[in-house]
Amino acid sequence: MELFVSSFLNVEVVWAARALLLQGFANTMLLIAIAVPLGLAGGLLLALLSLTPVRIARLLLAVWVDLFRALPPLVLLVFVYEGLPFAGLELGPLGSVAVAFLLNSSAYYAEILRAGIDSVPRGQWEAARSSGLSALDTLGWVVLPQAVRNVLPDLVSNTLEVVKLTSIASVVAMPELLYQARQAQSVTYNASPLVAAALIYLLLLWPLVRLLSRLEHRLPSRM
Amino acid sequence: MLSRPIIEARAIHKSFGPLKVLDGVDLVVAERELVFIIGPSGSGKSTLLRCLNRLEEPTSGHIVGDGIDVLARRTDINALRRRIGMVFQSFNLYPHMTALGNVAFALRRVVGLRRRDAEERARSALALVGLADKADAYPAQLSGGQQQRVAIARAVALEPRVMLFDEPTSALDPELVGSVLRVMRQLREGGMTMVVVSHEMEFARAAADRVLFMDGGRVIEQGPLDCLFGAPKSDRLRAFLRSLERH
Amino acid sequence: MSGWELFLFSFLNLRVMAEYLPSIAAGFLLTVQLAALIIASGLALALLLAVLRSLGSLVLSFAIVLFVDLFRAIPPLVLIVLLYFGLPNLGFTPSGFVCTWVVLALVLAAFAEEIVWAGILSVPKGQWEAARSTGLSFFTTLRCVVLPQALRLAIAPLTNRTIAITKGTALGSVVAVSEILAQASAGVSFSSNPSPLTLGALAYLVLFGPMVLLARRIERRFAWRH
Ligand SMILES: Nc1ncnc2c1ncn2[C@@H]1O[C@H](COP(=O)(O)OP(=O)(O)OP(=O)(O)O)[C@@H](O)[C@H]1O
Ligand SMILES: [Mg+2]
Repeated sequence: MELFVSSFLNVEVVWAARALLLQGFANTMLLIAIAVPLGLAGGLLLALLSLTPVRIARLLLAVWVDLFRALPPLVLLVFVYEGLPFAGLELGPLGSVAVAFLLNSSAYYAEILRAGIDSVPRGQWEAARSSGLSALDTLGWVVLPQAVRNVLPDLVSNTLEVVKLTSIASVVAMPELLYQARQAQSVTYNASPLVAAALIYLLLLWPLVRLLSRLEHRLPSRM
Repeated sequence: MLSRPIIEARAIHKSFGPLKVLDGVDLVVAERELVFIIGPSGSGKSTLLRCLNRLEEPTSGHIVGDGIDVLARRTDINALRRRIGMVFQSFNLYPHMTALGNVAFALRRVVGLRRRDAEERARSALALVGLADKADAYPAQLSGGQQQRVAIARAVALEPRVMLFDEPTSALDPELVGSVLRVMRQLREGGMTMVVVSHEMEFARAAADRVLFMDGGRVIEQGPLDCLFGAPKSDRLRAFLRSLERH
Repeated sequence: MSGWELFLFSFLNLRVMAEYLPSIAAGFLLTVQLAALIIASGLALALLLAVLRSLGSLVLSFAIVLFVDLFRAIPPLVLIVLLYFGLPNLGFTPSGFVCTWVVLALVLAAFAEEIVWAGILSVPKGQWEAARSTGLSFFTTLRCVVLPQALRLAIAPLTNRTIAITKGTALGSVVAVSEILAQASAGVSFSSNPSPLTLGALAYLVLFGPMVLLARRIERRFAWRH
């Protein structure tokens, strides 16, 4: 028990590593601030593209989305980070993360937003358009708000996944929370910095998880 | 009293938190008797029925069903429930089983019949409710009236000593009500003991031995239908009867 | 070399691909084993937890919710790294394979429990009452009446979630599991050519592509509600 406490819950070790961990936390927040909006914007764009009446556009989108549903994000990230430089495209850790996350999370967001838009009755479009609203205003003020509300649990859940996924940036030497915690661990031979990182994630995301569980269990009972 | 009681419920109290729903109800049902329960919404009719087979646990009181202490801890409640059939307002058929499967399921799992015997008995129960030809249909493929008749067959197949009906026709379109009431009449003529919560006064007039009027968690009046309706003693029953006429 | 030729030489270099095909095939087999273990144990644990939760014991439900929240909130890679580099301090040295398996199975169990539980909750109370009133026991009702309906509702989100979490086998590359990505990455550094990564990506598509298509079919098939 003492061994466990001293090697997993060692406050002194964590305190000594506080600068590293803080910097890692700041970088993780930066990654979140990049990855979430990028994924949402990309996803919205793809979802809107899939609204076009062109059959082939819908099909291509489905293939695109499925491609990234099948490919592990880490594989994608390593491909961008290690592979693209061979084609003369050196993006560095942050750039690679941005590109990989854009590709990966936009596919998931697109799928969710499309389902949301599909769930808004056609009558809403028709009513808004016939009241003289432009297509863009109809989309932005009438359809999207309803669409987002209808798929809110899925959007929140995917955002949670994107936030957690930023931890894979450590693999490409991006000094985010996990990377820094691992640095501290390898210097001290003590796992407490890793536990601290896990706790930081827990504190950051627990409210979101609770919210999500509320949203999900609000399923209406149906026959 | 026609003969010995099949159900003897005494001083049943039931509260949901601060809400008193049953406030000392006595209900004695004799063999082959049909007791009809009426009363305004929220008066505790469903709760009373559900206490009788312990879907609801009374806060206090005694219930003897078919000679067995219903509320005793050591009573095998599953064996007892098999002897007390229940039919719900919303049918509650298992959507993933055929009509035959719905009826046969408890025969296999509770009675312990082999598949062939269970299905044979299930088929005759379905025939009894006039649905022999729908054995392989899923609930979603049946009308409400047919679903409710399957639900009755599901209860009848277990050969219960008494059947409880909780508004069996209120979820049905008017034109489907008759088919369900016919089956209930037929059960009655076969000598089944029944406790029925319903607003079908025609049925009550034709089949009920006794009518119970509940309000506010108590039995306010009871007796043969003509006495009750011809000469209501309480204001509450009079008010209730007037509200019925307005429909 | 033209741009196109450079692209082909870099990313679709057949000679390099042929050379690393065997090691990536070995990685593929290992990934399949790991994925199968994760799915089987994760889903079994999820079902067990959902059943335990339906017993209605407050203490039990609280413990399950705590477990679920924990594994939903912490990134799996953090947990894998923690187990792999932390446990040796206590005198255990689990392989990267075991660490990845255990963590991903627990994460899958957490997510899947929530999905199955939501399915159980969505089965109308009347189904329980009808079954119990014919004398069926709690467990028979749960197993034969409620779970079939709950799982029907859960199957689409369940397959999607299972794929998303099982793809995490690639995280094993971080803790020395010789799965597809690790083999491909090693191939890149040996050959100074990224084609092994292309091959690795293809291997992942071969593995998870059919699962994704299956999930699509399931989504369509079970989209309607009874
Ligand atoms: N599980 C429960 N928890 C809390 N309150 C309940 C519960 N079940 C019933 N009640 C309350 O108990 C009261 C009596 O309900 P009950 O269903 O027995 O009435 P009822 O006479 O059958 O009414 P109706 O004609 O509308 O079916 C109502 O006020 C109801 O809201
Ligand atoms: Mg009622």
